[in-house]
Amino acid sequence: MLTITDLQASVDDKAILKGINLEIKAGEVHAIMGPNGSGKSTLASVLAGREEYEVTGGSVDFDGEDLLEMSPEERAAVGIFLAFQYPVEIPGVTTINFLKTALNEIRKSRGEEPLDAAQFLKLMREKAKLVNIDDSLLKRSLNEGFSGGEKKRNEIFQMAMLEPKLAILDETDSGLDIDALRIVAEGVNKLRSPENAVIVVTHYQRLLDYIVPDYVHVLYKGRIVKSGPKELALELEEKGYDWIKAEVAATM
Amino acid sequence: MVDNFTKTLMSNTLNNDLKEQLVANFQATEGRLNGETKSAVHQTRRAAMQNFETLGFPTIKHEEWKYSNVSNLVKQAFDFSVKTEFGENELATLSIPNLEGNVLYFINGIYNPELSNIVSPESQLQILNFGKAVKENPTLLETYFAQYANYQNEAFTALNTAFAHDGVVINVPAGKVVEQPIILRFITDARSINVASQPRNLVVVGKNAEVKIAEAFRTMGENGAFTNTVTEIVVEENANVQYYKVQNDTEKSYHIGTTQVCQKQNSHFYAVTVTINGGFVRNNLNIVLDGQNCEAFMYGLYFPNGKQHVDNHTLVDHAQPNSYSNELYKGILKDKSTGVFNGKIFVRDGASKTNAYQSCRNVVLSDEATMNTKPQLEIYNDDVKCSHGTTTGKLNDEALFYMRSRGIPKAEAQTLLMYAFCEDVISQIKIDSIKEYLEGLIAEKLAQ
Repeated sequence: MLTITDLQASVDDKAILKGINLEIKAGEVHAIMGPNGSGKSTLASVLAGREEYEVTGGSVDFDGEDLLEMSPEERAAVGIFLAFQYPVEIPGVTTINFLKTALNEIRKSRGEEPLDAAQFLKLMREKAKLVNIDDSLLKRSLNEGFSGGEKKRNEIFQMAMLEPKLAILDETDSGLDIDALRIVAEGVNKLRSPENAVIVVTHYQRLLDYIVPDYVHVLYKGRIVKSGPKELALELEEKGYDWIKAEVAATM
Repeated sequence: MVDNFTKTLMSNTLNNDLKEQLVANFQATEGRLNGETKSAVHQTRRAAMQNFETLGFPTIKHEEWKYSNVSNLVKQAFDFSVKTEFGENELATLSIPNLEGNVLYFINGIYNPELSNIVSPESQLQILNFGKAVKENPTLLETYFAQYANYQNEAFTALNTAFAHDGVVINVPAGKVVEQPIILRFITDARSINVASQPRNLVVVGKNAEVKIAEAFRTMGENGAFTNTVTEIVVEENANVQYYKVQNDTEKSYHIGTTQVCQKQNSHFYAVTVTINGGFVRNNLNIVLDGQNCEAFMYGLYFPNGKQHVDNHTLVDHAQPNSYSNELYKGILKDKSTGVFNGKIFVRDGASKTNAYQSCRNVVLSDEATMNTKPQLEIYNDDVKCSHGTTTGKLNDEALFYMRSRGIPKAEAQTLLMYAFCEDVISQIKIDSIKEYLEGLIAEKLAQ
């Protein structure tokens, strides 16, 4: 589904990603871990098309198409979804209106008929149940005055509505207590299927207790320095990142 | 013996065509008034004309006109004869859907009874056009006309007062709640010639009475239009007035308008001013809180693009203690447009426990657009709460990316964000038909 080859990116002329290689197939869950400042969120942002990041080398292929050539909205239309680490508050736009516009734009780009109000509401109620999000929240301005947990749940709710092929969860666990974490993780798990894939970007192992990955990659200084099965996450939790740093230092 | 015309030339070396035309027109009009020249109203007109002749049109050296230059206006020739073919057919192209209530039409400043429709019973609401009021209710005019708007020092107000012949006089008797809104549509038909009009309105809302009024300005045609309007509103004790001003004029139009409000104790006044289009727009909204426990709210929205210029001057005068005022003006500027917000708050020395708030927020979408904001607080009392703030920025990039990452194309995301920016002002409009009309116009303008 997704093939990242020697991806390099910088922000304000500072190189952040220095050659990322990653292959993700449908049905898989990949965790990307690493110490602060290693480039995890940059990778998520570059995949979603954030304009402050300049891609300086490499390629990203998504289902046979060049992802890096696409605008953020085109990426959404082909099935990329980024759950934001810090979801943006947008006063004056209700979540319902926002999502209806988004969903129908995506449908339009796929040559599908837009959903009418009744169809949309039916779908919305169905998906709201999945992530246990209240109707009244969705009628309010997008994320405005939402608690941290509500914002993250709203991200997963949007993911449920848009049904992406590849969901990238950027530090979705940050700022969540254990109950909120469980609700969010359960939502993600319900949305997993053999046709879609998930990238979980996280600093801590605890989210991976609930969203169990097939592979764990450690990002350090802009490169993936170690990959392994889900047990690697436990090892990192136990031993921290220092041994990885030492291993990297030894090979350089 | 020097005649008036020559006197004008002598007194003002910056003489210009429009002023000459106005002086001549005033004299011609006066000649047709016959007996009315002795009336109190006409004495006021004559005094106002003298003031205008002395004051002349303001230049950018005048502090209040620093950013709003009328030098191009005063060089133009206008037709004052106000002849127009405007009728039902033209109206169909300018209709506001679902317009209900008391709807009055003024074409080139002249009341058109055929198009107008007054539905509220006379016990609730007395509406007369200005000319009729001069003859039928002189007492009301003697009591209120020109008692509030400053025709002594403001050139355009003086000019309007001198030419106060048409417009509307509204009287809501004490204790009456007018259920149907009053919608005044001022249409300038500039299809064949440059047109000048000077509507003059007076609204008196009695004790414990309530009313909603909208003034909707619209210009059609390719020629120049000069509209100089003054509306005086008296809000008596415990009365409640909602006032909307809507402007959708043309690139060649000049609109200069003053809304002068006097509030008595325990009264409430809400104003929303929305400027969709207009080549040159200057709105003065002056509110005197001449009583305790008053509340005044002022909202504004403006969307200049191209070379449009929109200037909102507001003045709240807290003359008595314990009153509250709050204002929020918002603008989105594109292309080479310019905007001005000048918000003055006066707190008189006796006006303790005053709460006065002011905010002006702008989105400037082009490097060539300019927004000038000037909050002015003059506070002569220590026991007050006042605040003001202005911001001028671009659309939030992070919000834009968020929307795009969900599949909303950039242009549409921008429009949605701009619309959202206006939402808290739009939601203040409580006449459904006017709100829907504006929502449509705003969506159209933002998508341009």
